Order: sequence, then structure tokens, then C-alpha cells
Amino acid sequence: MGLRTEHEIHGRRRSRNIGLGIVLLCFVALVFALTVVKVRQGDMMEAFDHQPRVSLIPAEAEDAAAAPEVAE
Amino acid sequence: MTDINAYEETPEAQFGDYVALLKPRVMSLVVFTAFVGLWIAPGEVHPFIAFCSILFIALGGGASGALNMWYDRDIDAIMNRTQSRPIPAGRVEGSEALGLGIVLSVISVMMLGLVANWFAAAFLAFTIFFYAVIYTVWLKRWTPQNIVIGGAAGAFPPMIGWACATGGITVESLLMFALIFFWTPPHFWALALFMKEDYHKAGVPMLTVTHGRPTARRHIFAYTLVLAPFAIGLGLTSVGGPLYMAVAVVLNAAFIRGGWQILRRSEEQAVADGFAVERQVFKLSLYYLFLHFLALLVQSWIGGW
Repeated sequence: MGLRTEHEIHGRRRSRNIGLGIVLLCFVALVFALTVVKVRQGDMMEAFDHQPRVSLIPAEAEDAAAAPEVAE
Repeated sequence: MTDINAYEETPEAQFGDYVALLKPRVMSLVVFTAFVGLWIAPGEVHPFIAFCSILFIALGGGASGALNMWYDRDIDAIMNRTQSRPIPAGRVEGSEALGLGIVLSVISVMMLGLVANWFAAAFLAFTIFFYAVIYTVWLKRWTPQNIVIGGAAGAFPPMIGWACATGGITVESLLMFALIFFWTPPHFWALALFMKEDYHKAGVPMLTVTHGRPTARRHIFAYTLVLAPFAIGLGLTSVGGPLYMAVAVVLNAAFIRGGWQILRRSEEQAVADGFAVERQVFKLSLYYLFLHFLALLVQSWIGGW
């Protein structure tokens, strides 16, 4: 039965593992909740990737771009 | 063959030992003052954003605590008060504390930048640098003025809280800084007068030993005089009000009176009554800071000037 005997060291190790597990779960929950709050506040949710996104181009620029077409 | 003895060489820390590295008691002061700084600042902050901001400011403070424990592991092993800390007690290795401190510093600064704004995050990074490098590595073992300049690290949290809400620095946040900054020397030296000279033996210069106790008494009184205009001046800004003003006037009068009593006493008188006045002024200094910030908080709830 020697192999099954639990050394005191295992208790300390378990406390560390459980503690870190809880901390990581809390961090995930926190980032998720933060995302929900930030999105609801209307913060910018997308950024430029490799090319400009239409949804991110300022309205004035679009109007200016559209104007020559109207003239033609 | 099972060789259980192989384990005994390696320190296996419990979760609580890592928490102890973050100096939870110091963290409570950081949380309180940063919370007040954030709460009384103009502008609306979503409660959850405020909660996360305070959390990561506290984590940054904890990270600098771990870095401090890593660097000071040699003197912590000498002083009675600190011998049971995780590193000198052999439960955590020095390199682990260094790693934890650096990782948590990066996480707290990055997260504060994402949660609040990058100005507040840069401010937190500077505070961690100031405490861990300027204070711990450079000033602490070099000059008896260590706690005066090092006190700035403890004075930054309300400014960071304010910066989370406003994105900048104003006269109100500077005065909150001054309140803690000039409070630290009389608070600490009152303690130094009745505490054993452990620090000095461990190689940390203390004013009471390097320049003598009468000098420390003069410095305490001088700082209580310097502190008062800043504390009362804060009451004249947008965050002040009648309640804060009343609290500030009473507490500063009491603190100056305490400083005066300390100045007027000789060492013989102090030894005769077991440093009763010094202990009393130290206790008063704790209430002094707590009640000033509490008054700011209550004043912002009931409305100021």
C-alpha cells in the first residue's frame, strides 16, 4: 500500500492546482463579461484587417467618393 | 523503487503562498484609495469597468509586491517580522517570485489598458517600475530618505483610479497624491520611533539611526505642517465640500498636535511611558488617511460645493 500513501506534498500541490484553476476560470468569465459590457457601450468592435473595411470608413469619405459618380 | 525523499528537496508551495507574495494587506490600501480616486472622478464609469479597473490596479500592486519580495529575500531572512514570508521560509523559490511578479505586471498593465485606457495603464506600469526598481532596488538600501520618495509609489493608486475615469491628471488627483505622499513620512517615522531597529540591522538605513531620534522627531512635526495645506486644499477643489473640509480641519489639527507632542518629548520621557505618544500618533495616522478618503467618498455621494 506504500504507493497509495498520500504525502503531505500532494495536498499542497492540489491546493495550487485547484487555486490556479479557479483563477483561470474567473479570468475567462471576467473577459467575457467585459466583452459584453464593452460591446453594449458601443465601443469599436472591429479594426482594419489587411484592407480597409467598408463599415469603418468615415461617412464623409464615402460621400466624397460618391459625389463624382453623381456628377457623371 | 519508490523514493519519496526526492520530493523533500523541492519546495512545493500552496496556493496561499503565492497569494502572500502579493502582499494582500498593502493591496487593501491600494484598492481603497484607487476606488475612491475612480469613484469621485467626474464622468460616468460602468460599474463593471470600474470593478475590473480596481482589480487590475490591485493586481499590479500585488505584482510589485512579489518583485519586492524577490529582491529583498536576503534582508527578509534576517528580520524577525519578515522571516515567515514565503521565500525566506523556503516555501517559494526566489526565481518563482520574480517570474510571478513580471508576468502579473504585464497582465495587469495590458488588461488595465484594455479595460480603461492606455494612459492609466502606462501610469500603472510606471508605478510598478517606481516601487520595484526606484524604491526597492535603488533607494531603500541607500538613503534614510527611502520612505519619503518611495512613498510616492503608495500615493499613485488614487491618481491611477482617477486616470481610469478621466484619462488624465488634474489638480484634484495631484492633491490626492500629495495627501498620501506627505502623510507617509510622519506615519512611518512615528512607527520607527517605537519599533525595534530591525531594519537598520538588516542594512536598510533608517532616519532614527542615521541622523538620530531627535532629528526624526523634528521631521515628523515638519511633515505634519507641510501635509495640512495639501489636505485642506483638496477640500477647495471640485471633489471637496463642507463635510470633507470639516473632517480635514479636525484631523490635520489633531495630527499637527501629535507631531508637536512628539517634537517636545525627550527620549527619556518616551522610554518612561513606553512610547505612548508615538504609538498614539501612529494609530492616529492610520485613521487620518482612511477618514480623509472616506470623507471624499461620502462627499461625492452627498454632493460637494
